[in-house]
Amino acid sequence: MHVELTVNGSTQALEVEPRMSLLDALRERLLLTGAHAGCEHGVCGACTVLIDGAPIRSCLMFAVQADGYAITTIEGIAPGPGELSPIQDAFCETHGMQCGYCTPAMILTAHALLAGNPAPSRAEIVEAISANICRCTGYAQIVEAVALAAERMRGLNQPAAGRP
Amino acid sequence: MLSAGGDDARLIAGGQTLVPLMAMRLARPKRLIDIARIGELAFVRSEGDAVAIGATTRQCVLERDGLVRTHIPLLAKVMPFVGHAPIRSRGTLGGSLANADPAAEIALVAVTLGATMVCRDGGASAELPAAQFFTGPMTTALSSSACLTGVRFPVWRDARIGVGFHEVNARRSDFAFASAAAQIALDDDGACARLTLGIGAVTAVPRRLDALEQMLQGTRAEESKLREAVVAALADVEPLSDLHASAGYRRRAAASLLMRAITDAWRAAHGQVSHAR
Repeated sequence: MHVELTVNGSTQALEVEPRMSLLDALRERLLLTGAHAGCEHGVCGACTVLIDGAPIRSCLMFAVQADGYAITTIEGIAPGPGELSPIQDAFCETHGMQCGYCTPAMILTAHALLAGNPAPSRAEIVEAISANICRCTGYAQIVEAVALAAERMRGLNQPAAGRP
Repeated sequence: MLSAGGDDARLIAGGQTLVPLMAMRLARPKRLIDIARIGELAFVRSEGDAVAIGATTRQCVLERDGLVRTHIPLLAKVMPFVGHAPIRSRGTLGGSLANADPAAEIALVAVTLGATMVCRDGGASAELPAAQFFTGPMTTALSSSACLTGVRFPVWRDARIGVGFHEVNARRSDFAFASAAAQIALDDDGACARLTLGIGAVTAVPRRLDALEQMLQGTRAEESKLREAVVAALADVEPLSDLHASAGYRRRAAASLLMRAITDAWRAAHGQVSHAR
């Protein structure tokens, strides 16, 4: 079946089997391997990508169903080659990852949260990432990373302290 | 298409239950008919004394919808408990109802409020009450060629209304072992003018507790007398029993959750908002 996938701002036409999941299409056809295959039945959240800004399980969506949506993967989060987004930076600084398997999904989930809520409470951060499983159980640093990123992103457009 | 496909064809909308079942090879449909983009099936609108919601309306939309919040507060209350946010991004109202999981929160609200299910089979339309729609675990009155197209939730116009909902599960947003919902409207004296109560995940289908409703109508739902009434109302219920929760546990949990739901609804109707989840 023919499908046009708009991923990280660029549209690509693909011929896929109807049964191919969006996750497999992203990984195997578009070579965007940041979305990870974990449980492949919608429980672990490792395959999270954003469609029109909302987090979804790419293992539970067929590629042909994704036609026309704006899809964002972890590869589309950084502002430029070799750079990191404030959220990615915060995950590095707070050691918000151990094995890294859940990390792209955690960062995309945080991205969606902070886009709608620039100052989330700890409870709201926990609620947002409750859909994503970290088997290293490094949740404390992940929550810390999201809080740090939120704080920095809120300050981005503020005048520096002490400036007249 | 669905009639022509026979038992090998299935409708798919959000796919949040069907696709996991396919991944586990518990469902092996030869054909999937995607109805997610049929615009006429996604809507929320006022229809007289009801709010009608289209079957493919996504759960994340209902979670934020102003009409739902104002006119079907019980539905608004349970939406955050339906799966996790990424599931609600894709999952639909009709998908959850047609799936008929005994633990589903939306199904509990449909039965508790006495919603009307609107179905289509080929060219024929039919309507049936939610209580008759659910016939067993993961089983509905729909034939394999029929499609749930929408639901009408009755709107209570009473001046003072409160709702309550509680559930217990192993982890946040997992399947509930027991759940309870309550909606109470007050009369001018501040007593229960009318109320509706239901329990979910306890029996094969969500169950409305008519006898308990009648017992509490006109009263002030005093907490001291509530436990006795609730326990008595659940005495003839035969709960499900499985690895996660025994029948006895489900009965006890349902009683406690129901008391909390009633108390929350009562307080909310009296303007004492409870922040307990």
